[in-house]
Amino acid sequence: MSSTLAGWLQALALVGALALCYRPLGDYIAKLLTTAKHLRVERGIYKTIGVDGDADQRWPVYLRSVLAFSLVSVLFLYLLQRIQNHLMLSLGFKAVGEHGAWNTAISFVTNTNWQDYAGEATLGHTVQMAGLAVQNFVSAAVGIAVVATLIRGFTRSRTDRVGNFWVDLTRICLRLLLPLSVVFALVLVANGVIQNFHGFHDLATLGGDTQSIPGGPVASQEVIKELGTNGGGFFNANSAHPFENPTGFTNWLEVFLLLVISFSLPRTFGKMIGDHRQGYAIVSVMGIFWAGSAALMTFFETHASGVALKAAGAAMEGKEVRFGPWATSLFASSTTLTSTGAVDGAHDSLTPGGGGVAIFDMMLGEIAPGGTGSGLYGMLVLAIVAVFVAGLMVGRTPEYLGKKLGGREMKFASLYILTTPAIVLVGTGVAMALPGERANMLNSGAHGFSEVLYAFTSAGNNNGSAFAGITVTSPWWDTALGLAMVFGRFLPMIFVLALAGSLAQQQPVPATEGTLPTHKPLFVGLLSGVVLIVVGLTYFPALALGPLAEGLH
Amino acid sequence: MSTPTLTTPAQQEAAVHRVSSNLLDPKVLLAAVPDAVKKLDPRVMIKNPVMFVVEVGSVVTTVSAIADPSVFAWAITVWLWLTTIFANLAEAVAEGRGKAQAETLRRTKTDTMARRLLDWPASQAEEQVAATELQLGDHVVAEAGEIIPGDGDVVEGVASVDESAITGESAPVIRESGGDRSAVTGGTKVLSDRIVVKIASEPGKSFIDRMIALVEGAARQKTPNEIALNILLASLTIVFLVTVSALQPMAGFAGAPQTLIVLVALVVALIPTTIGALLSAIGIAGMDRLVQRNVLAMSGRAVEAAGDVNTLLLDKTGTITLGNRQAAEFQPAAGVSVDELANAAQLSSLADETPEGRSIVVLAKTDYGLRARAQGELTHATWVPFTAQTRMSGVDLDEADGVHSVRKGAAGSVTNWVTENGGTVGKDVAELVDGISAAGGTPLLVASRIGSAAPRALGVIYLKDVVKEGMKERFDELRRMGIKTIMITGDNPLTAKAIADEAGVDDFLAEATPEDKMALIKKEQEGGKLVAMTGDGTNDAPALAQADVGVAMNTGTMAAKEAGNMVDLDSNPTKLIEIVEIGKQLLITRGALTTFSIANDVAKYFAIIPAMFVSVYPGLSHLNIMALHSPKSAITSAIIFNALVIIGLIPLALRGVKYRPSDASSLLRRNILIYGFGGLVVPFIGIKAIDLIVQFIPGLR
Repeated sequence: MSSTLAGWLQALALVGALALCYRPLGDYIAKLLTTAKHLRVERGIYKTIGVDGDADQRWPVYLRSVLAFSLVSVLFLYLLQRIQNHLMLSLGFKAVGEHGAWNTAISFVTNTNWQDYAGEATLGHTVQMAGLAVQNFVSAAVGIAVVATLIRGFTRSRTDRVGNFWVDLTRICLRLLLPLSVVFALVLVANGVIQNFHGFHDLATLGGDTQSIPGGPVASQEVIKELGTNGGGFFNANSAHPFENPTGFTNWLEVFLLLVISFSLPRTFGKMIGDHRQGYAIVSVMGIFWAGSAALMTFFETHASGVALKAAGAAMEGKEVRFGPWATSLFASSTTLTSTGAVDGAHDSLTPGGGGVAIFDMMLGEIAPGGTGSGLYGMLVLAIVAVFVAGLMVGRTPEYLGKKLGGREMKFASLYILTTPAIVLVGTGVAMALPGERANMLNSGAHGFSEVLYAFTSAGNNNGSAFAGITVTSPWWDTALGLAMVFGRFLPMIFVLALAGSLAQQQPVPATEGTLPTHKPLFVGLLSGVVLIVVGLTYFPALALGPLAEGLH
Repeated sequence: MSTPTLTTPAQQEAAVHRVSSNLLDPKVLLAAVPDAVKKLDPRVMIKNPVMFVVEVGSVVTTVSAIADPSVFAWAITVWLWLTTIFANLAEAVAEGRGKAQAETLRRTKTDTMARRLLDWPASQAEEQVAATELQLGDHVVAEAGEIIPGDGDVVEGVASVDESAITGESAPVIRESGGDRSAVTGGTKVLSDRIVVKIASEPGKSFIDRMIALVEGAARQKTPNEIALNILLASLTIVFLVTVSALQPMAGFAGAPQTLIVLVALVVALIPTTIGALLSAIGIAGMDRLVQRNVLAMSGRAVEAAGDVNTLLLDKTGTITLGNRQAAEFQPAAGVSVDELANAAQLSSLADETPEGRSIVVLAKTDYGLRARAQGELTHATWVPFTAQTRMSGVDLDEADGVHSVRKGAAGSVTNWVTENGGTVGKDVAELVDGISAAGGTPLLVASRIGSAAPRALGVIYLKDVVKEGMKERFDELRRMGIKTIMITGDNPLTAKAIADEAGVDDFLAEATPEDKMALIKKEQEGGKLVAMTGDGTNDAPALAQADVGVAMNTGTMAAKEAGNMVDLDSNPTKLIEIVEIGKQLLITRGALTTFSIANDVAKYFAIIPAMFVSVYPGLSHLNIMALHSPKSAITSAIIFNALVIIGLIPLALRGVKYRPSDASSLLRRNILIYGFGGLVVPFIGIKAIDLIVQFIPGLR
């Protein structure tokens, strides 16, 4: 089979599998977010933590719950790393350093999973399992919980209640993430991903050297790494490591897993608001960007210029031979569009065009389809901005799904779209202004700049993938990127929850012939245009100095 | 816009004159320049965050240009100042149009003296005071030739009043105590008789005062949607400020640090100056368009709400139907020809001066070719005119074979006449009468008698409400716009339904009382709908206040005018439809120019970014797709385009985007095509064209 045909078949199989899951998974999530019934085990949990599972919270209370939960998570994860040397199964690793532990704690709680450490050389099994894997579950669940409040803002009327965080969190973990993880972990194990509690095996190689082969509970962590759009690998090489991602099939499955929840959430949205067409419109916009990005990335990686690259048939530097440029491009596009940040190849070695696509994917704000929950709320906020301008053009004060978009709503939507670009650009600008920080760059010129831009874009958008090429373990980088991750995660959440609260209070306006239709192809096109223009205009100068300067000769 | 409904040719002429009041006239622009410069005061500018940033940028470039002069620096500086002034000019022109109107109004307010009654009604003693000293509740007297000193209600007497100062309508109107024609407005002139007026406004808060404030824009407050849009524009401005601020260290790393002038130019090019400059002008012009149609909106909020209206409550009489019923058909009794009936009907109606009577004459003439005979023509006739008591009219003709009597009138009255004179009304005729009543019409019976023979019933005239021409199409249009129309009438449900069906309204409220109206409004609003209505009577006041858009007729009472949020000086209830269209047009203009403004940025990037960095990354010249001459000419051209586009769009902002009533999808498609894609393409052409000229200026090459 030619690589082109194989590439097409993989992509088509992926689209088919996602389409098959769209309805059942989306409906299932909608049900678990709306049902009044509690499972027995859930009741037990509510009793233990002292929560009334039937009482909804006002948005500020919901927000406080999110922030308090995340703060406790950060502290716990930090502590766990700092006392690693005293823990069981620590494989003899010493405690993680202060700023490294802070960076990693933030990184996993914010669903970024930026890794300034090498997994197999830093962390033992306890921290990996009790610390990182737990955050892989709950940080993904927090994203879905927050988008649930926004959807409730649209469905509810004249109320100040947007849901109960503890109930949402528990249900998403127990009813959605855990069962799916168990099933797909077994599939991964069956296909060669390791799952054990071994330490290192020293083996003699044919060349006469000794090689240290790591072990560990990889499959259980690998599955939620993708499913929860986390991306923090057990090993430093992430999904390029044969124990994490041994075959072409596991590679395809991992791409599927990291997309499946985010691509099904628009169905949940459609189901909850009682109009599936709205969900189709949103998923169409996500799909357009995903397909466009994957196509562009594949084009750049398979049509690389340069003598060596042409001889190899494609830009093969930094790519696993067992995956090839097609599967790597598909993976790279999907991971940068979903806030996952797992990689099955070195992004630093992508062609300038491919690297530019990866950066641009993240700059889109992780919305196509984005992180679990966060992707949908990002897209809905952009939909609000699109509706605001377009709604005026049909001669009405704008309304989306029956809710008026007035000053209050636009304030929160505007703050949302302002936050991430500000973090990314200010972060990059400051880094470029400080000579000491520039010294950490291994490359100079446009590519060096791209690396810094990539780092802040990845952290600010909670992606977590890295271009590498800069030494980011210095206190300055750990702190700066840590702050970028915290602000990039929680400021938008504050605005989304405030928006949800403001929408829930409104009484819906009935739709008429004069109402802007938000389920038609015209709106899909409009929203895509708004996404492209808002992002394009914000980042164009920075992109011009990085990937464009590199790629245009 | 669809055709405004103007009643007289004079009004139409006046309106046409006002609408086309020289939008592009350079004289108007020049006259506004001093005001535009005055508005450069930072305390004024800060209210418009987008343009405030441009002004600060202008100051920064001025300082840089003085410190390090060059043709380029001064070119950018001058055009940035012009950008700010052009924005102020837009607002000044919009306000200027209102000021002229305010001036006319103010003239009516000059030094009127009032004859205040000291102890009315006990005595007629009076004193002379200045009109401005009148207090709420004072009684004043005004006689023929005098100016009414303040707003109020007539409590004694009846007078004809010239209200042309306010309405522009020269025909005098009757104002009388009690009822719904009691309100008078300060500044209007009594033409005949004497009235006593109870003052109903506090000093300085009279109707004229408010009108002046409104048309001048002094009372203008930002509307909710304007505030929301301002928030979006401010946040875009912040995003671009951050983008450009962060660019400098990146540029420094790339080896191409930029001058302050270039950075300011980039900021100004990117922030949404076009809409920022025109936003307030659009709002003022929207109010102004209402004023041109003789409607005063008490707040911009009401104009915006008009665009959102879901339900229109329309009074049947005068809005949907002509004021009076008209003859529609002759239905003969058995054995009588239609022509005979028509002839008799016409004869009997010649002495009926009511509109109904005249309509019978006209119907006989148009449908049956019977010439309307003048009363004097028939010398041997004795006319029986219509009176409210007899409810009949007719004629007695002295013919050779005896007196031919013809009578026409209410079915009961004519039946009495027939039976009193020994005749009987056949069962077939009674059925015709009942049939017309059942269909919601009014039956008029026609009978004749020759000599002393028993009279016989000839048949029935079908009088019905006549729906105004074009109303059905209007309602279809409204339905496409997503607006539901509800007809309000005092008729019984049967009649109401017949007219509602014919007019094509969506729903009707029959035998409506003010309480019913109120309940209907509340019911609609409960479902989240916005309701608009017109009203004139005092008992309409609560409903006018409850409605989201309440248009009071100027002929109505003071209470109604106080309760509504708009006043229609022409007192034309059909205008509600136009008001909705103006509201929509205002919002569309805002959205269209915002889209245009943001879409413009794409081209500006392609002009400026390659110009900034092509020296260090020659590959970026591929982005110079307009093939602009040099970095300096590219940046200058982008800034000049940015300024000129504001001037170019002032007429559009003042006139409003063309609005055709249609459904949301087609409106959106059309506007995205024009203002979205247009906004992408136009600046590419504009900047290139300017560059072709600018490149010949030494220092910008």
